[in-house]
Amino acid sequence: MGRTLAEKVWEQHVVRRADGEPDLLYIDLHLIHEVTSPQAFDGLRFSGRNVRRPELTIATEDHNVPTVLGPITDLVSKTQVETLRKNCAEFGIRLHPMGDAGQGVVHIIGPQFGLTQPGMTVVCGDSHTSTHGAFGAIAFGIGTSEVEHVLATQTLPSYRPKTMAIEVSGELPVGVTAKDLILAIIAKIGTGGGQGYIVEYRGEAIRKLSMEGRMTVCNMSIEAGARAGMIAPDETTFEYLRGRAHAPEGAAWDEAVAYWKTLRTDDDAVFDQVVEIDASALTPFVTWGTNPGQGVPLGSAVPSPDSFADPIERAAAERALEYMGLTAGTPLVEVEVDTVFVGSCTNGRIEDLRAAADILRGRTVVTRTLIVPGSMQVKKAAEAEGLDEVFKAAGAEWRQAGCSMCLGMNPDTLKPGERSASTSNRNFEGRQGKGGRTHLVSPAVAAATAVTGKLTAPADL
Amino acid sequence: MDAFTTHTGRAVPLRRSNVDTDQIIPAVWLKQVSRTGFERGLFAAWREDPDFVLNNPVYEGATVLVSGPDFGTGSSREHAVWALQQYGFRAVIAARFGDIFRNNSTKMGLLPVVLPADKVEALQKAVEADPAVEVTVDLVERQVRWGGEAVGFEIDDYTRWRLMEGLDDIGLTLRHGDDITAYENGRQTWLPTTV
Repeated sequence: MGRTLAEKVWEQHVVRRADGEPDLLYIDLHLIHEVTSPQAFDGLRFSGRNVRRPELTIATEDHNVPTVLGPITDLVSKTQVETLRKNCAEFGIRLHPMGDAGQGVVHIIGPQFGLTQPGMTVVCGDSHTSTHGAFGAIAFGIGTSEVEHVLATQTLPSYRPKTMAIEVSGELPVGVTAKDLILAIIAKIGTGGGQGYIVEYRGEAIRKLSMEGRMTVCNMSIEAGARAGMIAPDETTFEYLRGRAHAPEGAAWDEAVAYWKTLRTDDDAVFDQVVEIDASALTPFVTWGTNPGQGVPLGSAVPSPDSFADPIERAAAERALEYMGLTAGTPLVEVEVDTVFVGSCTNGRIEDLRAAADILRGRTVVTRTLIVPGSMQVKKAAEAEGLDEVFKAAGAEWRQAGCSMCLGMNPDTLKPGERSASTSNRNFEGRQGKGGRTHLVSPAVAAATAVTGKLTAPADL
Repeated sequence: MDAFTTHTGRAVPLRRSNVDTDQIIPAVWLKQVSRTGFERGLFAAWREDPDFVLNNPVYEGATVLVSGPDFGTGSSREHAVWALQQYGFRAVIAARFGDIFRNNSTKMGLLPVVLPADKVEALQKAVEADPAVEVTVDLVERQVRWGGEAVGFEIDDYTRWRLMEGLDDIGLTLRHGDDITAYENGRQTWLPTTV
């Protein structure tokens, strides 16, 4: 019987296999940031252990960094960032600190440097590591104990998850993006639907996505419960990688591409589960609740808790509506927002900024609007195209690179009761600041919303 | 890691689903660089509500958390496990867990126990009817017991053994240092380095 993409990549990385034990899996690339690593380095020091492969490790500062120029004023954040600097210096790990041209959100810089390649294993103490699966890598988030484990051994003991295919047939209609697709997938299978699985996204609509779009889809695999999401590498992948700083060159490139082309699910392979979705039927999507599975088409209304048959889902919906300050039956396009955020590891890449700029060009925003590039390189690229001027002319704020308003760890937050349209990945209670209310949307919807002050599809402008 | 064999204590029912790790420990608490003090941040936002179950004095000192499904979804922050442990919890019982949270728990000796949803409901009801009910989470027998009930749960042999012995994962892996070196010698030559 044939093998799935996930099985092929997994098998390639098994260091040791024994009955009744998890596989010992080799890790090709370990990304670290300031939040989930300090206790891991402490653990190494406490045990007198070293970093086994510092040259397979890269660090950046992203979660705590302010996105306006100037030093970190929050002393606790400052200590955390300085701790990362000390740890990287002590253990010989490449670090891209604030202000560095290579700095950015950890899941933006790996692909940008060409460090994320097909067939690799990539981990990071961050659940959105699933992003890197867009290249046909097995990439998943880990906790701090596992960060320490990878630092010390470059391996992880892991049980191979089951495999799930999400078959996306048809083509995304004009104005419907990768973000709308993944929000629709999560709404369909739920926040627990992918638990225990590696998801492979397949089908015509996936093949036609750019690498940026594929990263957006894989990024949010974790919001459907799956630690990892993957897409088989193809010409789009190879073209993205060609010429990047750490991509192979010359004969090594040819050898790599020949191998990468074998990284596809065999025709006779069997997935443990298959989910089908028709891309051509999709419209712009938005979340109304406090978990990413609570999403609906933007053209519909806030659902009634009574519409959920399952008592647990009904109770969750009631609680979510109360937290979100929403009334069942309200058309979502009538929901007013205070803040618009375009950025994050989900939608902070150049293509996302272009999508927002296309909407904002020649228009004016009526809400507080933060446009935050995912990395300093994305920032530079956007400025070379003049996108910064488009944003500024529209009245939006053009910021420095960082995680920004995706999570409440830096100065970019919502105040209690404030409502956002956000291109980030989580609408959890308080995620963007205590008491803040988050609607997850695509960059195009976010930009259109900034223009009207209400949740708005670009087509309705 | 603390060894876990069997634990008996009182339980607290958390009747919510999708308890994400941002609720268990909000992001502002993640700025600490130490491993201690996270109990103060446990469910920090929810604890501001006087009606939140952890604020009910009858559950004070409870060591087993019995939650709705999909406990520990979202962020990979192991701080969620530290916060639960430092607050005093030894085990969490739910019908489903977020994969990363569940993994992190077993690295730290906090036992995540998956029970069928109807059994979780039965246990929550029992505890709500009598908060003094003692619950035994028995890893040796793979069983949760309370009142006259005994419900089995599944956990793989390896994780169970590691938890019962309180073994350090890194120490176990380093026994296979030769295997790791052999693997490294055979890696594809084009694979990137960060230097």
